[in-house]
Amino acid sequence: MQLAKTDQLPDIHIHIEPSRGWISLKLRELWAYRELFYFLTWRDVKVRYKQTVLGAAWAIIQPFFTMVVFSLFFGKLAKMPSDGIPYPIFSYAALVPWTFFANGLTSATNSLVNSANLIQKVYFPRLVIPISAVLSGVVDFALAFLVLLGMMLFYGIHPTSAVVWLPLFLLLALITALGVGLWLTALNVQFRDVRYVVPFVVNFWMFASPVAYSSRLLDEPWRTLYGLNPMVGVLDGFRWALLGVNDAPGPIVYASSLAAVLIFISGLYYFRRMEKTFADIV
Amino acid sequence: MSDIAIRAANLSKLYHIGRGQGKAGYRTLRESMMGWAIAPLRWFSRDGRASADDTIWALKDVSFEVKRGEVVGIIGRNGAGKSTLLKILSRITDPTEGTVDLYGRVGSLLEVGTGFHPELTGRENIYLNGAILGMKRTEIIRKFDEIVDFSEIEKFLDTPVKHYSSGMYVRLAFAVAAHLDPEILLVDEVLAVGDAAFQKKCLGKLGDVAKEGRTVLFVSHNMGQIRSLCSQGILLRDGKNSLYGPIVNVISDYQRGLVDINSSAKIEGANYTGFTSWKIYGTTSYDSMHVIFSQEPFTLEIELQLENPVYNGFLTILLNSDDGQKIGGWKINGVRFDSGTYKINCRIPILPVRPGLYFWHLSLWDGGKKIDVATLYPELVVSTEDNSGLKDEPGAILNIPSDIEIVRI
Repeated sequence: MQLAKTDQLPDIHIHIEPSRGWISLKLRELWAYRELFYFLTWRDVKVRYKQTVLGAAWAIIQPFFTMVVFSLFFGKLAKMPSDGIPYPIFSYAALVPWTFFANGLTSATNSLVNSANLIQKVYFPRLVIPISAVLSGVVDFALAFLVLLGMMLFYGIHPTSAVVWLPLFLLLALITALGVGLWLTALNVQFRDVRYVVPFVVNFWMFASPVAYSSRLLDEPWRTLYGLNPMVGVLDGFRWALLGVNDAPGPIVYASSLAAVLIFISGLYYFRRMEKTFADIV
Repeated sequence: MSDIAIRAANLSKLYHIGRGQGKAGYRTLRESMMGWAIAPLRWFSRDGRASADDTIWALKDVSFEVKRGEVVGIIGRNGAGKSTLLKILSRITDPTEGTVDLYGRVGSLLEVGTGFHPELTGRENIYLNGAILGMKRTEIIRKFDEIVDFSEIEKFLDTPVKHYSSGMYVRLAFAVAAHLDPEILLVDEVLAVGDAAFQKKCLGKLGDVAKEGRTVLFVSHNMGQIRSLCSQGILLRDGKNSLYGPIVNVISDYQRGLVDINSSAKIEGANYTGFTSWKIYGTTSYDSMHVIFSQEPFTLEIELQLENPVYNGFLTILLNSDDGQKIGGWKINGVRFDSGTYKINCRIPILPVRPGLYFWHLSLWDGGKKIDVATLYPELVVSTEDNSGLKDEPGAILNIPSDIEIVRI
């Protein structure tokens, strides 16, 4: 068995030389390591709630209690308009993807530094690390999403046929988290300041996104411009696809997708460019 | 298809050991912004600031070719560039100059247990670690029983590894790595861990790997392991490869090199108050050098310079092996020194340890106050008369003088 393997192996040729300037993304190699995605994601999921009392309930507690607080202050006291649906479900429908995004961004940013030991001792495409950090958040998302479905049942809100677009909005959130995460995690290797900046970024970003309020507060053309924040497209998309509020958020989604893809691709290249220095300076 | 497995040409690696950054290689944003702000000014002053002071060539113009199926030992003193070389070959870090061609799948074992997660069970870690090292899932499944067998931890397979003893941990980790079946295997000093029996088993496994026609590059300070495993050797000295050839030649050159360098023994971190120099004398052939023979008497002479008197001195002299294990030593309480220069002579009738590298650690305290703590460089080299000395157990600590007679009765 092993000998047979030996016979077929010498075809592999690895050439190492100093890399300069812009380098390719090596997506083919990334694909060859697809099982590592699976294992690292699986590890993150498995380990996340080990030795906690409440376990996976934390995935629900975080967005749920934020919703309760928002409902009290923004819904009851400030009487924020909520596009004609009860404020709790209005805010929770946005908090679920928002929490996915915020956690994904945070864990992607910390992922490289947390894997310093791995980076210094084993070779594999480094992109695997931040990508699986974001992917592992999907499980938490699914749990929080179940609660969202329960709330829809409670409030008697039925999704329209637009619900088929929902995965696309989740993908948009994922790409945004990953795109920003790629930039920040590569920067974090060199500048540990990033670690302290991220909580601020996430906080500000939340208030710059229609989580607690509706994007309807803005008039066109400002609203489309507002869509350049990719999370606007995600959150409006979730509310539209799931709760059936408002019309399809067309221009906003185009603007958001464009911004997200730009951030993502530039993040990929920046990451790859910095990759060769990771092992030396992490 | 040629029979070359690894071809390295003019490999060089430059490290920046920048100013004001301390040991940590990373910078804070503030430092970097300062750098950008000052950059134009520096451009005017043109004093070539990024000079040799800030950089160090960990490797310089290293070239070699390794044939398929060869087992090559890489030897050299600490900081000679051995680990950097392996890191480049395993693609963890880029070379600054030069190229490498590797023909075949590369597996590297630079540390045992990389990527193990303490919260996961042994079973889970086998899969995780295997995947990190580059094994396919089907491959891990196929070799699972073999790995468990090799690691001897069957009973604890479903226990989180954080509850493992360090020995069990190492056994499991090595078992996974040993079953990685690459064409080219890079191994860095991982055999310094684990108990003797398991070390032997690991060495055996590495030997098997070699017999299957795979190429192995092996870094170790343990000349016994190198000698028994490798056919060829690469000697690195200050980042340059000074010799490539049959292992016996390389080892003897290395040991001769140690002697040459040793003639100016200095104490790392020596300051004017404390230990200033040391030497060893009394051995047959390398008088006043730092090579001793394990069965002969010698004297360790340490010079101590004190600016102030020491009233309630506590002096320790410890001998550690190069993997950090304490071999022996002395603690002397209540010594009194006036200010001045002293000579401390330790007459040692016999040091029956395995051939290899050892370090002296010295410390002097006055009451609770530290006067000096020092590690003696270069390493103490313990050798045997005929430079073989492999009849004794290679994983053991002691090389006990003995006369073993086998008589039929």
